[in-house]
Amino acid sequence: MTDSKQIIAIVEAVANKIEAEKDFLTQLDNEIGDGDHGINLARGFKAVQAKLPTLADKDIGAILKGVGMELVSTVGGASGPLYGTAFMKAGNVTKGKLELTDAEFASAIDAAINGVKMRGKAVEGEKTMLDALCPAYKALKDGLDAGKTLVDALADGVTAAQNGVEFTKTIIATKGRASYLKERSLGHQDPGATSSLFMLQCALEVLREA
Amino acid sequence: MVGIVIVSHSQKLAEGVVELARMMAAEAPIAAAGGLDDGNFGTSYEKISAAIESVYSADGVAVLMDMGSAVMTTEMVLEDLERDNVKMLDCPLVEGAVLAAVESVGGISLDALTERIAEARAVKKLDN
Ligand SMILES: Nc1ncnc2c1ncn2[C@@H]1O[C@H](COP(=O)(O)OP(=O)(O)O)[C@@H](O)[C@H]1O
Ligand SMILES: [Mg+2]
Repeated sequence: MTDSKQIIAIVEAVANKIEAEKDFLTQLDNEIGDGDHGINLARGFKAVQAKLPTLADKDIGAILKGVGMELVSTVGGASGPLYGTAFMKAGNVTKGKLELTDAEFASAIDAAINGVKMRGKAVEGEKTMLDALCPAYKALKDGLDAGKTLVDALADGVTAAQNGVEFTKTIIATKGRASYLKERSLGHQDPGATSSLFMLQCALEVLREA
Repeated sequence: MVGIVIVSHSQKLAEGVVELARMMAAEAPIAAAGGLDDGNFGTSYEKISAAIESVYSADGVAVLMDMGSAVMTTEMVLEDLERDNVKMLDCPLVEGAVLAAVESVGGISLDALTERIAEARAVKKLDN
């Protein structure tokens, strides 16, 4: 079970992590993009952090939707509508819930990923955040299906996301700004996949503490 | 007249495209939604919504975007707006804006403009 307090704590942890890794994410985006991924997300999550107190007493669906809407209006780059849609879709499938079963937690992540695919018209293997998110979801789902605890299954998910980030170094970008670079995008890890990994790591850390 | 909105990551670029379009169609209802509220590069949901609102009439609005988040953010604005007479058009930004402004003043409908823009995508600047 995951309750709304833990969801808030995860969002809070993500905001702090993004702020701490802002320069690193921006550096990655400098190599194969326009050098603003860290700046974009830090601006967005700072606004989210300011809004969190007004969401604290809401249900999980409303919290996630509120986070998504804030990201859409404040991030400014592609990651705004992408993560914004992701959180809003996760909010849709958790509407009215004060607690999530482990299966519901996984479904929320699945809905978020489908939101990114829909918004970005992208699939796995295009050197985007999906290359961290899709393998992570698969590992999480497999873990839960095999009877693991949420924490253990999510730990598998984080490992899969780490491998996914490594994998983005070996492929050419076909979506997003990096796609303009063609072969020159090889050898560089995708900034969005990296920020997705950070978000999953934060979720794991918070749930581990519980 | 069909309203026109120019969405770009850059405030200067969006405003420049609007200026250029107005040179041939001074009365065209056309608005820029470029950059973020603080002047930084990026696309702003609020700016796009406000720009659409500012040129909206029963004739509808055509939204022209540069790339990436400009397309995705506009898509989200239109999903929330739920009005079928506000449409995104896929075209080179400058050429499309000039054509749309001229046609708008000429009294074209949004549907006819959508077709005109599609034709214009095939027009080449060079012979080769
Ligand atoms: N169409 C897309 N589908 C999925 N992810 C995408 C897409 N376009 C970009 N991304 C992700 O967004 C990240 C870039 O985010 P950001 O720098 O904030 O946006 P921008 O490219 O507008 O500057 C990329 O590293 C990639 O992971
Ligand atoms: Mg960028």
